[in-house]
Amino acid sequence: MGLETALGDGYMTSKIDSLVNWARSNAAWPMPMGLACCAIEMMAFAGPKYDASRFGSEVMRFSPRQSDVMIVAGWVNYKMAHAIRRIWDQMPDPKWCIAMGACASTGGMHRCYGVVQGCDNFLPVDTYVSGCPPRPDALLHALMKIQDKIRTEHSVMLDT
Amino acid sequence: MPLELNEYLQKVIDRLTERYADSIIDVYQSSGDTFVRIAPEANVDICRYLRNEHHFIYLVDVFGTDRFTSEDRFEVIYNLISLRDRQRIFLKVWLPEENPAIESVTSLWNSANWFERQTYDMFGIRFTNHPDMRRIYMPEDFEYFPLRKEFPLLGIPGSIELPSTTPDIE
Repeated sequence: MGLETALGDGYMTSKIDSLVNWARSNAAWPMPMGLACCAIEMMAFAGPKYDASRFGSEVMRFSPRQSDVMIVAGWVNYKMAHAIRRIWDQMPDPKWCIAMGACASTGGMHRCYGVVQGCDNFLPVDTYVSGCPPRPDALLHALMKIQDKIRTEHSVMLDT
Repeated sequence: MPLELNEYLQKVIDRLTERYADSIIDVYQSSGDTFVRIAPEANVDICRYLRNEHHFIYLVDVFGTDRFTSEDRFEVIYNLISLRDRQRIFLKVWLPEENPAIESVTSLWNSANWFERQTYDMFGIRFTNHPDMRRIYMPEDFEYFPLRKEFPLLGIPGSIELPSTTPDIE
């Protein structure tokens, strides 16, 4: 009853990009950069109720070398910014970044001298999630946006 | 306003005024706590006396205030507790705007070490004879004192370094 029976002895043709994007988009392993209360919602996002494993992202990798998506969950102060950037630089390409919540996106209510006013000051952020903290479904939505982005990537740009 | 001190604190205040009459500037109560303003030169003597004779062995906190007045702009507040007698007392010291400095109480309570470093970090009040008078939160080359009133809420742009966004190419 598997794919083999449906295909018989035949074959399928596809683009290598489609295959790679299919694989990448369904195995975007997060690097949990939990810095504040957003990290609690991020745990719910990975837990059984919201279940990030439906999207292939259940494997929280605490090693940057094994992860694809960095979720910056919480407010970033100037001291931490250097650590985050260093971890980001250790992640292998291709990599994506979610700024989770108001604080990671803009500094939020931490409008003061010690907090970086938005982690996009030093990271290339792909999706921003609003909320303080955002609900886990909002984070899932951000993950799906990243999946959409991965699926439209091309290894070779064609001249048109 | 007349003071409503309990028996224990009344005894402490009486002995203090008797012993350090020249250094006790003001005694008052606010929100159920007792505050004693003392002369800056006498802070270690009075602290030592309170610790040794009245069992205020627990220094809960040392912090500063920017009163933003033309005279005696800064204030250092010591929060002392006697665990045995369940009493709390606050000592206050006023310091001038120019070169605010006071003797450290780290010789009496080790907990004062980090409290005084924080007060220095935030207000620029120096503590003499402190074993490790460095900033505790802000970078060591930071040039400002964030909790002073003239410091802008959002900080000075560019005064703290952000990480480089172009990784080193080897």
